[in-house]
Amino acid sequence: MASTETTPVQDAGSVEAGLDALETTATGRPPLRQTFVNKILPPITAVAVVLVAWYVLYPVVDDPTKLPSPGAVAGAFQDAWLKGDLVGYIWTSVSRGLLGFVFALLIGTPLGLVVARVKFVRAAIGPILSGLQSLPSVAWVPPAVIWLGLNNSMMYAVILLGAVPSIANGLVSGVDQVPPLFLRAGRTLGATGVRGIWHVTLPAALPGYVAGLKQGWAFSWRSLMAAEIIASFPDLGVGLGQLLENARTASDMAMVFEAILLILFVGIAIDLLIFSPLERWVLRSRGLLVKG
Amino acid sequence: MATTLAEADETVDFAARLEHVSKSFTGPGGQQLVLDDISIDVAPGEFVTLLGASGCGKSTLLNLVAGLDRPTAGSITTDGRPALMFQEHALFPWLTAGKNIELALKLRGVPKPLRRDKAEELLELVRLKGAYGKRVHELSGGMRQRVAMARALAQESNLLLMDEPFAALDAITRDVLHDELTRIWAETGVSVLFVTHNVREAVRLAQRVVLLSSRPGRIAREWEVDIPQPRRIEDAPVAELSLEITEVLRGEIRRHGQH
Ligand SMILES: Nc1ncnc2c1ncn2[C@@H]1O[C@H](COP(=O)(O)OP(=O)(O)OP(=O)(O)O)[C@@H](O)[C@H]1O
Ligand SMILES: [Mg+2]
Repeated sequence: MASTETTPVQDAGSVEAGLDALETTATGRPPLRQTFVNKILPPITAVAVVLVAWYVLYPVVDDPTKLPSPGAVAGAFQDAWLKGDLVGYIWTSVSRGLLGFVFALLIGTPLGLVVARVKFVRAAIGPILSGLQSLPSVAWVPPAVIWLGLNNSMMYAVILLGAVPSIANGLVSGVDQVPPLFLRAGRTLGATGVRGIWHVTLPAALPGYVAGLKQGWAFSWRSLMAAEIIASFPDLGVGLGQLLENARTASDMAMVFEAILLILFVGIAIDLLIFSPLERWVLRSRGLLVKG
Repeated sequence: MATTLAEADETVDFAARLEHVSKSFTGPGGQQLVLDDISIDVAPGEFVTLLGASGCGKSTLLNLVAGLDRPTAGSITTDGRPALMFQEHALFPWLTAGKNIELALKLRGVPKPLRRDKAEELLELVRLKGAYGKRVHELSGGMRQRVAMARALAQESNLLLMDEPFAALDAITRDVLHDELTRIWAETGVSVLFVTHNVREAVRLAQRVVLLSSRPGRIAREWEVDIPQPRRIEDAPVAELSLEITEVLRGEIRRHGQH
């Protein structure tokens, strides 16, 4: 530091402006070509490789009841589409899944909050809640059928049992990871009690909560498919799980492939359209996501 | 044995009054006395710096004054709820700079239509016009501390508590923020209790420097600083007094041997 005995205090503003300019860098969106090379090209390549492998393998196996040709599977899709059933299959399952997920959200969120904040409740059901996460939700299908019968409420019950623990646990770990500094800062600003929860705890816990939602959706979708496969019943309407089960009983391998691909695509699509953008937005707005 | 706010209709001649405040923590090795019999008055509009070696209990003391913790003995009275600026900026990363300030206004009960203008005003006061929509992670360290200062000022408390707010900044930025703080203090008439372990910083800013000893923290000595503002940290009188205080501080630390 040079001694600057004559620098007037009024100079502070311009020094600050200089420092600020030095310390901040402009951030822009990456160019379109880069997005294509980094984000879009790799999955397309992967799918292409799988398709090529399929074309090569199919004549080798040479048994359409084991490995149908890509053409036959495409035909199954086309059939369902032309009969107008395809959208119906998807909608039946997706509407069940999302509605069940919303219920799970409404139950899991307050549950997570109570477990996170009330010591007694936490000691009582905290371990069970995290233990339940490792219980495959298929295990709930038989008791749900016995308790509720073969109907939609049984499907929703299975979704809830699969998703609620994930959502609640996500919120609990989100709340646990809130830096104490934020809580103390909130208190000095006057955010105590409910206002503290609303203005500080919940927003600070959001990243963990969203991770829980994402996992909760994956669990919902899996449990729903399990329920649909095991408890397929014509009156319930044909969802993707029933489609798969119907295909199996008809020994129609092309249709089996169709159903599996649909289940996979829908699960991925919901994640890509809803949960991943949500997660990215939460992380990016806090500077927790490094671009590139 | 409590931290209390002065009654609303009571006229007080202090911004904060600490009477025989002690604080001990129960650790693995039993009771540890951190603060011992601290009595300080901060007059309205006064700028006091609290100086002490690392670990002597400065943050503990500020937490007590802020009401985040309770003293083991003694009493603390403040004229209204104090604002506290932490060593780390403690801004909420899910809000923009402007919204951080608006939250402080909202929690104070400022009606919504007034908040935006008020927040812009405060940002201008810390010379961050145009930073309203910036996320915390998009700001530099110095800018964050200034936003934190604006948020603390938004509380319009009579007392501003600052816990080594500039410790992590480079010398030039810190210099600039010293100027800012002195200017804002003069403009708003707020009382400031400023904690630091940097002797020059203490002298540069304060009207009164209070030196704390370590283990347990006791008031070792006080100095009135009557060097006229604006001061600069390199000014000869500042350096001179700093030297004197440093000698006393050294003596305090030496008493403890290695620590
Ligand atoms: N919650 C606590 N429990 C137990 N001991 C504590 C607690 N908080 C602080 N201490 C102890 O009190 C002493 C003073 O801590 P404090 O953080 O107040 O120091 P400080 O003067 O602010 O130091 P620094 O300049 O490094 O910030 C330390 O020895 C610390 O170990
Ligand atoms: Mg400290």
